Amino acid sequence: MNFSKGPWTEEVNVRDFIQRNYTPYDGGKEFLKPPTERTVSLWRNLLDRMALERQRKGVYDIDEKTISTITSHEAGYIDKDLEQIVGLQTDEPLKRAIMPFGGIRLIYSELEAYGRKMDPTVEHVFRYRKTHNDGVFDVYTDEMKRVRHGGLITGLPDSYGRGRIIGDYRRVPLYGVDFLIQDKVRAKNEMVCDIMDSGKIRQREELAEQIKALKELKEMAAKYGFDISRPAENTREAIQWLYFAYLAAVKEQNGAAMSIGRISTFLDCYAERDLKDGVFTEEQIQEFVDHFIMKLRIVRFLRTPAYDELFSGDPTWITESLGGMSIDGRHMVTKMSYRFLHTLVNLGPAPEPNLTVLWSPRLPENFKRFCAEISIATSSIQYENDDLMRAKFGDDYGIACCVSAMKIGKQMQFFGARVNLAKALLYAINGGRDVKCNNEQIGPAIRMLCQSEVLHYDEVMQNFEEITDWLAKLYIDTLNIIHYMHDKYCYERIEMALHDEEIVRTMAGGIAGLSVLADSLSAIKYAKVHPVLNEAGLAAEFVTEGDFPKYGNNDDRVDRIAVDIVKSFHRKLSRHFAYRNSRPTLSILTITSNVMYGKKTASTPDGRKSGEPFAPGANPMHGRDASGAVASLKSVAKLPYDSAEDGISCTFSILPDSLGKNQEDKISNLIALLDGYFTEGGHHLNVNVLQREMLLDAMEHPEKYPQLTIRVSGYAVNFIKLTREQQLDVVNRTFHNRF
Amino acid sequence: MWSTGPSTTVSDSGMGGISGRIHSWDSFGTLDGPGIRFVVFLQGCPLRCRFCHNPDTWHPNGGRSITTAELEKQIESCRNFLRNGGVTLSGGEPLMQPDFSTDLLRRCRKAGFHTALDTAGSLPPDMSRETIDAADLLLLDLKALDPELCRELTGQDNQNELATLEYCERTGKEVWIRHVLLPDITLRMDRLAALAAYLKPFRCVRRVELLPFHKMGEFKWRELGLEPPFAGLRVPTPGERAAAEALFADWNGGENRPSGPGT
Repeated sequence: MNFSKGPWTEEVNVRDFIQRNYTPYDGGKEFLKPPTERTVSLWRNLLDRMALERQRKGVYDIDEKTISTITSHEAGYIDKDLEQIVGLQTDEPLKRAIMPFGGIRLIYSELEAYGRKMDPTVEHVFRYRKTHNDGVFDVYTDEMKRVRHGGLITGLPDSYGRGRIIGDYRRVPLYGVDFLIQDKVRAKNEMVCDIMDSGKIRQREELAEQIKALKELKEMAAKYGFDISRPAENTREAIQWLYFAYLAAVKEQNGAAMSIGRISTFLDCYAERDLKDGVFTEEQIQEFVDHFIMKLRIVRFLRTPAYDELFSGDPTWITESLGGMSIDGRHMVTKMSYRFLHTLVNLGPAPEPNLTVLWSPRLPENFKRFCAEISIATSSIQYENDDLMRAKFGDDYGIACCVSAMKIGKQMQFFGARVNLAKALLYAINGGRDVKCNNEQIGPAIRMLCQSEVLHYDEVMQNFEEITDWLAKLYIDTLNIIHYMHDKYCYERIEMALHDEEIVRTMAGGIAGLSVLADSLSAIKYAKVHPVLNEAGLAAEFVTEGDFPKYGNNDDRVDRIAVDIVKSFHRKLSRHFAYRNSRPTLSILTITSNVMYGKKTASTPDGRKSGEPFAPGANPMHGRDASGAVASLKSVAKLPYDSAEDGISCTFSILPDSLGKNQEDKISNLIALLDGYFTEGGHHLNVNVLQREMLLDAMEHPEKYPQLTIRVSGYAVNFIKLTREQQLDVVNRTFHNRF
Repeated sequence: MWSTGPSTTVSDSGMGGISGRIHSWDSFGTLDGPGIRFVVFLQGCPLRCRFCHNPDTWHPNGGRSITTAELEKQIESCRNFLRNGGVTLSGGEPLMQPDFSTDLLRRCRKAGFHTALDTAGSLPPDMSRETIDAADLLLLDLKALDPELCRELTGQDNQNELATLEYCERTGKEVWIRHVLLPDITLRMDRLAALAAYLKPFRCVRRVELLPFHKMGEFKWRELGLEPPFAGLRVPTPGERAAAEALFADWNGGENRPSGPGT
């Protein structure tokens, strides 16, 4: 049987291939197969190694001598006789490589953290070779360094890989590498220009790099005995080819998020064909998938403890988007969507890959039930609103990192971490000075409001406008520098080789502290907030008299404040020129950095004490959403996706018994909750169904819970890999319960 | 000892609705009726159950005042979440504020919500008939079948509760019986068997929910300066719960068993 032909046969057009060839699946989970013996022993092998990794303080081994590139390492295996899908980042599973092009200084601190020394040869190379990090700090202004130091803008990818770029890894199995090389050569030849200016020169150089990267990709596959110059011919090859393409990306880039795109329904086209033709059995196909997913579970990057403080738990964000609807009205759930989710059963729960269900109330009931069941059992799935995103991105988009939608192979983003808007409010009150930074003048010296007896809403808002005007420009300028240098010194060759030649770029800004800010402004507006001054005459504490509406209770008085903050800050970002004509967007996502942001922020008018964590992402503050989960989610769903197109993250944790009286009720209530939230326009929801006591026990006895997985803002982690501080934050967060 | 809805005043039957006193609401109730429910906890209760987990809802003048129209607006805004569920009035004893409860139930029903009334039937049906008629489902808390035991546990015998059940049987109102399992008090096989036998002829009873005694409400007693009378009582064991459930299998078909951890 052959695939149905169309435009995709002549030109690179993966979407067209999928739409012509995929088979929507309406049935249930009955067809799924348990793990094979090979799978069980291969996974046991990895579990043993991961136990060793934990014993060795989280790092199994480091190859500090080899600068990692697509072809730097010889073929490596877990157990060659068992593996149906092959390929490792280095010569041994879990062994971490060094990728110094983002910043050589970082490699020094990473090696030092794990008791290793810099290799003299590598050191020698970087005496002559400049890195991304060097470039950025050559150009940063004093003001930029100041806000970075003050923690007003934090987590910037100026010393680590920016990530958030999704190569269209499906192109490799569908076309074979030779076709892709020809296409890039054509693009380069056809690039005519009136003026050979820096933009055109850069573009030609990038195309040349992409072509080299594709050639290296073939070379790497050849080391494993595969010729991937031609298209894949069956399911196993399709998975293998696709994995090689992804592997090339993670051999060369340790980007903060290395998402894999939307591959399952694509792969199902091969699987359906092979099942019909009798090439493979269901058991074999599940085995390929299990082995492939195992590979994704052991992707590792060398990172510093400081990075871990921001993004805890060693995440890689290998986000895979499942399900969703086609624009012609068919759903895009296939048997492969089930097989991917089923790995959580066959191999047990795990944080990676970051399985993301693109939800629509119109998805088939059987699939919804299956997702709900897996969520209740494993807390490993996140859900995102396909109806909302399809309108903007069509039906072949994927999620980068946690919540950032982009058209696959046609769009990329410049990741911009986030600004701390709760801190910006304190600057607005304290005349641009930071009580957490020795009262230093970090922002502009605007009029101080802290000396008045009571804070007045209008005055605070006026100052807040001024501070955020200043901040928005500074933020975009800073990101422009970072991404200019990243393109120059740490270009994602292979990922961009798997993109079209002309692509859409966004400049993805973000905000942290939304609920703290909204509640603080609500307190100033509806209660009486008295500043308490420190020795420098700045407000270091606040005494709040009277009650005030709190975000997370479906109360428009404060929810509107949150909505206005988001709209206004996005407008401010949009006013400025962004690098490569990218379009500024905004996310409300903190990942686990809500803890670190809180640590660096003094007491706020909402009653949060100095150093206490923020709520993650767009979540209401812990314990303040007192009207039940629906009211809480209603508040979050009001935040406008149009102004926060880079994603609005919400994490929902519930005790199993609060979800329903029995398994059947739990499933149908979770489905109703997801349908309700997404119908209301909510964008993203992490679902955790967990006992608090189990988390507390896991803090004391991590060895008992090697695979305990929980969803945090936008990704999942091994609970026992979180720092203690972050574990406590998770435990203290609102668990919806009632009795 | 109590009067019917001391704080219920008819302010306006139009836009403003009727005012009443509520303790709070929970927009995500999953335990009080089918599906996801918007649960309104009304203030005031004539009973003084010794195992009560919400003693802060007892006093008729506690809580806060709100109109049925305001509540309807709040419920309406949660509609998309309530499609497999509906609205439940709980408490406290919702029948203490019959006008308020009836109006709220009618408004919700008219708006297309499934409505449930969580009550101990602690008023004579003569006084509660209209409210009961306005609900699709009655969650009837049967405290004890033995009137003396009932009085001992709640301060009042079960005459009104049983009359309420009869009323529902006559009018064909769907009823879910709820019964708290207090170890060695109500959780005794002879008493539970008698209860099952008593309920057997009632066609209106569709489910029997056995609620194991728990201690999570004890802090509320202490906040009110009271000592929880059952502080010394233990919670039922899983084995005891299963044995009790088995007696009511006719109604629940095993559906009602406490669920295990995940699939």
